[in-house]
Amino acid sequence: MKKLLSGNEAFALGAHHAGVMVATAYPGTPSTEILEAIAQFDDVYAEWSTNEKVAMEVGMGAAYAGVRTMVSMKQVGLNVASDPFMAASITGINGGLVVVVADDPGVFSTQNEQDTRHYARLAKVPMLEPSDSQEAYDLMEVAFEISEKFDTPVLMRSSTRISHSKSVVELHRSRPKSAKQAAFRHDVEKHVMLPVHVRLRRPVVEERLVKLSAFAETFPGNQIIRGERNLGVVSSGVAYQYARETFPRASFLKLGMTYPLPQNLIRKFAEGVDRLIVVEELDPFLEENILAMGIEVIGKEFIPRIGELNSSIVEEAAYRAGLIAKPSHRKFSPPQGLPGRPPVLCAGCPHAGMFFVLSTVGQRSKLLDARGKSEQVGKLIITGDIGCYTLATYPPLRAMDTTACMGASIGQALGMEKAGVASKVVAVIGDSTFLHSGITGLVNAVYDGAGVTIIILDNGTTAMTGHQDHPGTGVSAQGKETVKVELEQLVRGVGVEDVKVVNAFDLKALRAALRGSLDNPRLSVIIVRGTCSVQLRERSGVRTVDVDKCDNCEVCLKIGCPAIQKLDKQIYIDATLCAGDACTICEQLCPRKAIGPLSDVI
Amino acid sequence: MMKKLDILMVGVGGQGNVLASDILSEVAIAAGYDVKKTDTLGMAQRGGSVVSQIRIADKVWSPLINEGEVDILMALEKLEAVRWSHYLREGSIAIVNNQATPPLSVSLGTHSYPGDKEIEAALKRWAGSVHFVDGSSQARDLGDIRTLNILMLGCLSCFMPIDVNIWKDCISQRLSPKIVKMNMVAFDKGREDMSGAGIT
Repeated sequence: MKKLLSGNEAFALGAHHAGVMVATAYPGTPSTEILEAIAQFDDVYAEWSTNEKVAMEVGMGAAYAGVRTMVSMKQVGLNVASDPFMAASITGINGGLVVVVADDPGVFSTQNEQDTRHYARLAKVPMLEPSDSQEAYDLMEVAFEISEKFDTPVLMRSSTRISHSKSVVELHRSRPKSAKQAAFRHDVEKHVMLPVHVRLRRPVVEERLVKLSAFAETFPGNQIIRGERNLGVVSSGVAYQYARETFPRASFLKLGMTYPLPQNLIRKFAEGVDRLIVVEELDPFLEENILAMGIEVIGKEFIPRIGELNSSIVEEAAYRAGLIAKPSHRKFSPPQGLPGRPPVLCAGCPHAGMFFVLSTVGQRSKLLDARGKSEQVGKLIITGDIGCYTLATYPPLRAMDTTACMGASIGQALGMEKAGVASKVVAVIGDSTFLHSGITGLVNAVYDGAGVTIIILDNGTTAMTGHQDHPGTGVSAQGKETVKVELEQLVRGVGVEDVKVVNAFDLKALRAALRGSLDNPRLSVIIVRGTCSVQLRERSGVRTVDVDKCDNCEVCLKIGCPAIQKLDKQIYIDATLCAGDACTICEQLCPRKAIGPLSDVI
Repeated sequence: MMKKLDILMVGVGGQGNVLASDILSEVAIAAGYDVKKTDTLGMAQRGGSVVSQIRIADKVWSPLINEGEVDILMALEKLEAVRWSHYLREGSIAIVNNQATPPLSVSLGTHSYPGDKEIEAALKRWAGSVHFVDGSSQARDLGDIRTLNILMLGCLSCFMPIDVNIWKDCISQRLSPKIVKMNMVAFDKGREDMSGAGIT
């Protein structure tokens, strides 16, 4: 059966057909849809874990217990999960453990551009790299086999274009009738990593790498595609597709397994071609390994190490390297001076009101004048976090000073305060991010006597990655009702005395809560609660502007709501975007009372 | 059979760009081609730029289209059409919904929205033919603005050598039964808009 599948859907189907029993993940672009796809199957246990570290630990437990397990995350998620990941390498597994990690070359939705392949070398585990959805599907079965045969977790490296591009997949397998069932074998020397046991395991890990290197030599996913001898291309992942399009007649060594490398196969390939080039995205991972083998190779001297590749970038690089006469197409310059359309908080976003208040109570930015200039008067310092709300950095809100990684806002705020900044410090964090890794920061703030204000923006979902449930929603990844973790109970439970819960769409209450917290020299937490507008089931009372009352003061534009637009000197509200009765922030704000429900105004 | 067709679909989040590109991909597969498709979405859910790249050929390697190699541009919003105009190859086709959704920077007065003549000139720099469609108002007249993407697919279908029944089958299979009828009317409306201009 042929199907058009994204790489993420193919990973999930591949795992299902390989008999996976347990799947864990924390949402993160571009990896999120892997767990969403596998959660559809009733014969798999799938969960959103609170964070990637927990996902890895649950995965380890399941694998120790003997069942095939998949853990998926984005590349920075592996930083969070690296501690148990490194441990899983040394203990080995029992049931197959495949860790799918999706990189983001080009940085579409991440705080860095790290190359996950280095983790394979660090952890001494095998790594597979599919180059399209078919391979994502096929390699999953192989990954479980390698995992069990060599008693090791396997890293499956994806990237944005593998995970999110759709291509045709031939589904030639189906789920085995009897998947491996749980059976834990007591073996403390293998599972209890006391130093004395670690010393016993170390040689096992090194011997495993030697065996894996031998395996890589004959692994069918590492293949030589014979073409003309004047150029040989070594490539893997989506970069292979770009290279194949750019060099239709060259010889190829396509690597489906990129750690450990098949050294003999690489030597054989290199000897059979006049010039050798490595085409890879991000760091010179393959190139440095091949150079270390004493083989002459062209690579990052010509091919960019920043950003994602495409076939015209590879073609330009080949031209600069003298491999081709000249690029086949002209350079096309993008149109200049167009108004950008950066991502913005949605119309009716429950974060907008609080950020508007922060930008005004904090007197951070004066309004943009006609020439687009704005004055900033910093009164508050606002440490931010990872989520839709990071978009409040942009004008007109401009209400965020830092964003680094999941959960960092609270620790950073404490650090600023302890360093002795003159301003009050406010940390802003979303509900899912707070549960992911904000809790430990909060406990730290309580214990170390912080006086900062922490704002938890609770929209009841993990919005930015596409509305996944989390412990605060009380619904599991597979749609089952479960225990709901109450944020206010949790926050009070760790010892915060000043806890306020505020309606996200009540401007007066938001302002009062913020003022109260700023006046309190002790630690305070404001939970701002409101439904994500994308999840609103019904819309009523779309707002409109009464043009007779409107004097174009533009205060409503300072919310940054995409439904409030101005064209030809008149402000109007786009009825297809407005969240109506669920929001009304603009109506509360309008000094001329010119905004109201459509039915009242007309 | 055609040698290759690289199609770019652009719009603003919430206009149904991704669904339209899914349907186009399924149509091409049903017609016997290899297909790769990539969507690029902004971080937020609504209101950002959305672009889908659909590559159709006997065998497709790269999932990404190079600048200057797009055969057909289908734009659900005018400014987005211009933003991606440098992807058009010489002599290509642009089908543009005559709808302006001003981004925040236009509302705040820091940028101005390009005029219609400017938009047409930018597209005609490369495109052999530019077709403006009153898609949004027509979709609204049909009873639901959300039929815009299917109406625009109707326009697009006129420029592709694929049987119209394949299109209709794929649309029917993809949409929920309740809304198929209305969308079929929208699809036919789009074809009517392009009557005489297209090849099928």
